[in-house]
Amino acid sequence: MKITVAADACCGAGQCVLTAPEVFDQRDEDGTVVLLDGTPPAERHDAVREAAALCPAGVIELHA
Amino acid sequence: MTARPLAVVGASAAGLAAAETARRSGWTGPLTLIGDEPHLPYDRPPLSKQLLHGTWESERLLLRTADQLAPLDLDLRLGTRATALDAATRTLTLDDGARLACAGIVVATGVTARTLPGADALDGVLTLRTLDDAVALRARLAGAGHRLAVVGNGVLGCEAAAVARELGHEVTLIGRDAFPMARAVGPEVGMLLAEEHRTRGVHLLTGDVADFLTGPVPGTTGGVRLTDGTEVPADTVLLAIGSDPAVDWLRGEPALDTTDGLRCDAYCAAAPGIYAAGDVARWDHPLHGVPLRFEHRMNATEQGMAAARNLLAELAAETAPGPDTPERRPFAPVPYFWSDQYGIKLQAYGLTADADRTETTVLDRAARSAVALYGRDGAATGVLAAGLPPRQVRALRAVVATPQPWEEARARARAVLAPA
Repeated sequence: MKITVAADACCGAGQCVLTAPEVFDQRDEDGTVVLLDGTPPAERHDAVREAAALCPAGVIELHA
Repeated sequence: MTARPLAVVGASAAGLAAAETARRSGWTGPLTLIGDEPHLPYDRPPLSKQLLHGTWESERLLLRTADQLAPLDLDLRLGTRATALDAATRTLTLDDGARLACAGIVVATGVTARTLPGADALDGVLTLRTLDDAVALRARLAGAGHRLAVVGNGVLGCEAAAVARELGHEVTLIGRDAFPMARAVGPEVGMLLAEEHRTRGVHLLTGDVADFLTGPVPGTTGGVRLTDGTEVPADTVLLAIGSDPAVDWLRGEPALDTTDGLRCDAYCAAAPGIYAAGDVARWDHPLHGVPLRFEHRMNATEQGMAAARNLLAELAAETAPGPDTPERRPFAPVPYFWSDQYGIKLQAYGLTADADRTETTVLDRAARSAVALYGRDGAATGVLAAGLPPRQVRALRAVVATPQPWEEARARARAVLAPA
């Protein structure tokens, strides 16, 4: 799994950090998403899929 | 597996989430997604923000591209409205005359914008709910020196007023409450917002619309007259006076309670095999003890996912019960909403409306930085943050994730704000 984020469209809801804190963080200044791990290990894939589905701005893209 | 489809009525955020979740959770049968708008599922929050402002074009609002939707193998029926539902047979009637006998149904028809008598007859009186609405409003705000009257100072009215002001137009924001968004976030945060709107040059008026003024060109609006006689001249009037759940099409089905939304249990079930999600769903939140209905973006996705999972669990239990049959789970989210106005981002978790107790701490008046705690019946139920770093916002969410005694929540919120 490879993750990309369209940070310029992020609305800073922070749902990704709550769902997969090892993979996502937020910038202190404006809450914009920060990708910590673009190729997370398999045990985190479920959480990442959940985070991508929940993101209210749809900025998390998953690639096989 | 039966050949009957699983049908999702409503092709916006909640409906799309339900359809995607159904597929991800193993629904291999036909999957029908019905939407009354002609567009592919798109995101609504940017309508009153980036789209209205002109920084984003319509395509940017699509929740999924056609390519991304393809693997779902949807029977996608856009521009199609469901007109009736027979709960006992789980049968939908559509406005093209089709009747669809379904295995299960998720109702995600959302809400429709309220309007006022006489609005339809006048050019230049608009609502803002759909992409077409937003494009129409944006077109009117092209060019300079437009006069816009925004009726309604809730979230939508405030956001639209902010954008129009940023575009350089003359903006009057009219509300029944003296302070913007007061019903949602309380008067103190509302006062802070009022200060920001005033500083930016928005005219704030308190009052109720009596009727519309007519413009120099017959059939066009010239603004509004308030019940106290105040006249607000305007070239465009935006009605942002709330919305009504889109349940009219369900009223012929006595098995469904459609009082202020489609009434559901804690599992988002309205009847056997019939679930609801998003703005239209009024369900029993297991932690709050009162039926709730949210018109919030995050809830649309979360509830769409939950409703689809629970519907599939019910269908599995009906057709092939076994030890591996998934269990239905109560839907117990921590509600979340945000609003962007000028440079201010408000973020709220839990229940902030209808509080009987509010404690607002303004951290920096000029920077519009504040925290508010909301409570009801002795328990803290919600929190709002403006201008706080994300780490603190997430920590405040934890404070109200489950309702807890007011004093304890207050102490925990203070600890979050205390300098490290």
